[in-house]
Formats: sequence, C-alpha cells, structure tokens
Amino acid sequence: MYGVGGGGGGFNAPSTTSGRRRNPGDEEEDEEEETGEGRVLEAWERAYADDRSWEALQEDESGLLRPIDTKTLVHAQYRRRLLLRSAADAAVRIQKGLIRYLYIVIDLSRAASEMDYRPSRMAVVAKHAEAFIREFFDQNPLSHVGLVTIKDGISHRLTDIGGSPESQIKALLGKLECSGDSSLQNALELVHGYLDQVPSYGHKEVLILYSALNTCDPGDIMETIEKCKKSKIRCSIIGLAAEIFICKHICEETGGSYTVALDESHFKELLLEHAPPPPAIAEHAAANLIKMGFPQRGAEDLISICSCHKKIKSGAEGYICPRCKVNVCELPTECRTCGLTLVSSPHLARSYHHLFPVAPFDEVSSVPNRIQRGVQNCFGCQQNLFNPDGQTSLHVRCPKCSQHFCLDCDIYIHESLHNCPGCESQRSFSSQ
Amino acid sequence: MTSAHSKLYSDDVSLVVVVVDTNPFFWATAALPFADFFANLVHFVNSILLLNHLNRVVVIASGVSSCAYIFDSSDASPAGGVGVAATFDKASRRVEEFIAQDARATAANSSAASANAAALLSGALSLAMCYIQRIFRSGTRHPQPRILCLQGSPDGPEQYVAVMNSIFSAQRSMVPIDSCIVGTQDSAFLQQASYITGGVYLKPQELNGLFQYLAAVFATDLHSRTFLRLPKTLGVDFRASCFCHKKTIDMGYVCSVCLSIFCKNQKKCSTCG
Repeated sequence: MYGVGGGGGGFNAPSTTSGRRRNPGDEEEDEEEETGEGRVLEAWERAYADDRSWEALQEDESGLLRPIDTKTLVHAQYRRRLLLRSAADAAVRIQKGLIRYLYIVIDLSRAASEMDYRPSRMAVVAKHAEAFIREFFDQNPLSHVGLVTIKDGISHRLTDIGGSPESQIKALLGKLECSGDSSLQNALELVHGYLDQVPSYGHKEVLILYSALNTCDPGDIMETIEKCKKSKIRCSIIGLAAEIFICKHICEETGGSYTVALDESHFKELLLEHAPPPPAIAEHAAANLIKMGFPQRGAEDLISICSCHKKIKSGAEGYICPRCKVNVCELPTECRTCGLTLVSSPHLARSYHHLFPVAPFDEVSSVPNRIQRGVQNCFGCQQNLFNPDGQTSLHVRCPKCSQHFCLDCDIYIHESLHNCPGCESQRSFSSQ
Repeated sequence: MTSAHSKLYSDDVSLVVVVVDTNPFFWATAALPFADFFANLVHFVNSILLLNHLNRVVVIASGVSSCAYIFDSSDASPAGGVGVAATFDKASRRVEEFIAQDARATAANSSAASANAAALLSGALSLAMCYIQRIFRSGTRHPQPRILCLQGSPDGPEQYVAVMNSIFSAQRSMVPIDSCIVGTQDSAFLQQASYITGGVYLKPQELNGLFQYLAAVFATDLHSRTFLRLPKTLGVDFRASCFCHKKTIDMGYVCSVCLSIFCKNQKKCSTCG
C-alpha cells in the first residue's frame, strides 16, 4: 500500500503559518504567490479562515462590478503553454496520435466526497469531465472514449468505449455515489483488459482523475504497470489532492503526464490539456490504412428502419452505409451490420489542424511614433494596437506574413481558428 | 460566447459581415457587371442599416492576392441625413482602391494566375471570424453576428483545410455562414459551410434582381429566421475525394497517421510513409 510522500512534495499541515515548504522537484504545486497578505488561500485553508471571496471584487465608477483585469496575465499564461507545446514539436514535425482510444477513470472512493472543491470533488470531476468529453470529440472526431469508476476498491466499467459523446455524458450525469477505498491496480487491470481488444492502429490511453491519497491493491501494482507498458498504454493522471509517488511512477513508466490541480479552474485547465492529441511514439501504433466509408444521405422517398434505434426513418434523415446499404442516423459511427467505420469529410478535416499547426507569433513591443508610418490596427480585428494615450503596447507578429495582431486575436488564432489570417490573405503562387 | 439580452439590445440586432468576391478574372467574364453588382450590394447594406439603428455591417473584400476590410458601419461619422450617399461613395472608392491594389499584387506575382484562379475565401473568412471575436469580447450586450459570402469564383482546392478550420470555428461560436452564389457553378465549400453552421445557401437564377434576393432571404436577423421559410438545400455531398485521383469515393482507405484518403489499399501511405 503506497501512501503519501516519497519523491515529491508532501502535504503540509495547516499549522505552519510561514507558508508551504518548497521542494525543488515539486514544480506542479509551486505556482502560488507567497507575498504576505496577497497570498491566495488554498482550498483546504479556506475551511479554517473566513471565505470572503467577495472582497476580491472591484467596482467601477458607476458601482457596477468590474471583472478583474487579467488580460496580460491570461496572455502570459497562454504564451507559456504555447511555447512549451511548440518547443516539444520544434522544427521537426512530430507525429500525433490522431485515432485515440481513451478510458477515463473516475475515482469514486471516500476521498471523492471531500468538500474542498465545491460542492464535492466528485461533482466537480463529473462536471468538468462532461466538458472534456465534448471538447475531446470536437478535436478528435475519429476517437473513442469509455468510462470506468473505482468504488470500494473495485473498478466497474460505466460505459462501453464509443465514438459518440451522448452515451458517455448521460452516464456521467446519472447518480454517482462515493464510498470505500480506491485501487489503482484494479482500474489499470480492467482498462488493460478492454484496451487489448482495440485495433492496432489506435493509440491506447488512460486518463485517471484521482482524488484519493493512497491505493489499496490486491497484488503487486508494479507488475500491472509492466503489463501496461508492454501493451503500450499511455497513462496520465490528474490528482486532486496531493502528489503521490506511485502516480508519478506510473506516468513516467508509460510516457504519460502527471499533474496535480490546485483549484477548480486549474483542474479544468489541466483536464482540457489532454484534449489535443499527444505526441505519438511511432512504435505504439501500427500505421495502417483503415477502410472507411463515406456515406451519402438517402433519397427522400426511401423509407427504412434505422439500425441504431430500430425506428422507421425516411432515407433523407439518415445516411446509407456504402457497403451494406443500411440506414444509420448520425456520423461518425460504426455500421452495426458490417462493421465499416463511417465518417464524413468534415470529421477528417477537423483533425487536419493538428497536422498543420500555426507557428507561434513573435512578440513585438512597439514604440509609438505617430509621425512615422507604422502599423496602427490589428490585421485580424482592426482594433487599435496602441493604448488610448499612445503608450507602448504589447502585440504580436506572424513570422511568415509579418502582419501584426493583437493579443486576443493571437489567442483566438492559435486555440480555435488554426489559420493565420495574414498567411491566408496572401497568395503564394509558388504553391500552385 | 452567447449574448445576454438587455433592454438596449433586443434580439433582432445583428452584425452582418459581408465577404465580397472581387476576383477580376471572374468579373471580367461575368454576366452581371461588377459596378451593378456592387450597387446592389450597397443598397442591401443600407437596407440592413435601416432595419435597426443598432445594426452593424462590415464588408471584407477577397481578391486574388489579398484580402482587406472595405467598409465598417461603426466607423461612419454620425452625420445623419447624408448617411446613405456617404456610404455609397466611401465604399465605392475603397473597393476601387482595393481592386487596383490587388491587381498590382497579382501582376507582381505573375506566374500561374489564370482564369480559374480562386478568390481568397479562407483569408476573408478568417478576418471575419477575428472581427466577430472582437465583438464577442466587447461585453454582454452585442449584436448577433452572421457572415454573408457573395462568391462567384470557383473554389480553390488548396484552401480546403483553411476554409474548413474557419467553418468549424464559426460552428463553435454559433455564427451562421450564409452564401449567395453569383457565378455559374455551385461552390462545394460554401454549401458545406452553410450546412454545418446552419446558414442559408442560395444560387439566384436571375442576377439582375440580385437586390431582391438579398433583401428577401439574407436581410432578416437570426431570431426572425425561425418564423420564415428560407431556401433549404436538399443535401450536401459530404463524400471525400481520394488524394491519388481526386475523384469522389464512397469507400476508401484512410492512413491512421496523416489521415490521407486513398481509393485503393496500399502498403505504404504516399504522404507520410
């Protein structure tokens, strides 16, 4: 049985008023500022102090609440994330695992009913897992997700691995109860059994959302870790309590990432980082050509029974499988009759931006010189790049097309649009 | 991302971003002269501005070698009565400048510009989405945005990925993309765009009456559209084309690494190996 402590940072008792001891290897938890009264209270400290979160709000002249100006802070965080991600990719095009089979393991042990996350850890996990699943299918339309829970030391499969978000989300919204101990080994064994049945071109992944501080295993967890490593399953863990050595070990052995959340918004951020496909290790999945079908809508006057709900549908409401001509309701799916994967071209197109990412923009801190002809407006949204008083302001520039953009457009372009408007607005005749 | 209603902004206030195709290769051989087309467009812009005093219109031109903002109704001075004539003048002048600039840029890059050159739809859509994001950031009270594409040139297959990215971003932000085809062929990109984002796709049969089509179909705001019967496309062809022969296929082989589509099973993917 592995408990708290080990190689990383520990869980400090609340009685130390001088702040938390920093351990050099402990990077995940060291993002808090420690200067005097400006110190943000930890979730566990709030139970001992008055939770006066309203004091952090500000009002403007007319008495309306003003959101706290975090624009530069947000942008700095975003740039840090972006540079970390692109530093890994560097000049070489890193292969990404686009067809993913992911199991999400939710810890429903006694520790998940703790109230340090409001209303309870389990409710927060369920809420953010739902948002994560939607984002996951948005970014990886060809992938599959399944849910597993750990309760009373036993792990159950909550939902079968599937390609559509609805069934997973329905199960998450159902009643979830916490009790008992949690067992990492049982969860990994169960997931290992299911992921063995997955096709060889798929990347096998597990994401464990772990609230407990220990694990009660029936056998040797190291053997299970070896098994997972041999089956090329990539395990990532997000902890809600403290850093645990065994979790770190699992992630290091299997090539996943281990992060510990500091509060609810940080947890959401860490969770959503797992939505884009991770860099793939080439030997982990065979590169195959997968046979897929591109169905068309049926004719208006064709009446048939759809194979998924067994209801009568007109042909125009569903799609016709090109191999067995059976009616299916939505895409992407696997035809129930002949097993052919059915997708439409937009689904494949959704993943193309992972293969052709936008290069990070360079920061430009311009000196205002209104006499000289300079760039006044952001190329994307035509917003004035200078502050109203004409002072210097931070903006960015695309290294390829040399157009200037404001910070918000920078974030939008890299996180959502995946096209640089400047590069797209230029004709490169050489490519024709 | 969604707007909150307030007393000032009722739910029929809209922001229309019009993407105008100014490809000179297409307009040289089009049935309707560009000047007439542009006049129809300006009348349409004015009629939208007249529908509600808070409505806003932005016009972006997509040329062969560049894209630029032509007109932004929120820039206009509050001059009142001279509004209509002033917008026509300003917009005409700006679009002429842009076409000249674009022609210069095309001439400088003279290789391979042919009659089949496509307008830079992807660039214009990206600019439109950036502008719309700025509107979303401006607070909880903002107009409902939508995009209207007036396209005549053929689709450029090299823009496929960029156009699809813009479409998906519009879908996530719930911005419909309407399309009005003023050319002779249907545009597969815009059909998909309108279908995925929930916009209207129209190919008018009589281009001389373009203003009537625009005013009847595209002038209504998003809230009122629920009460109207607008032209519906019967079905969009979502089949893919194979990378080797460029023909549309029903069943194909997809590489699990780079997602290239082939019509026949091969030992190695020719894109990524």
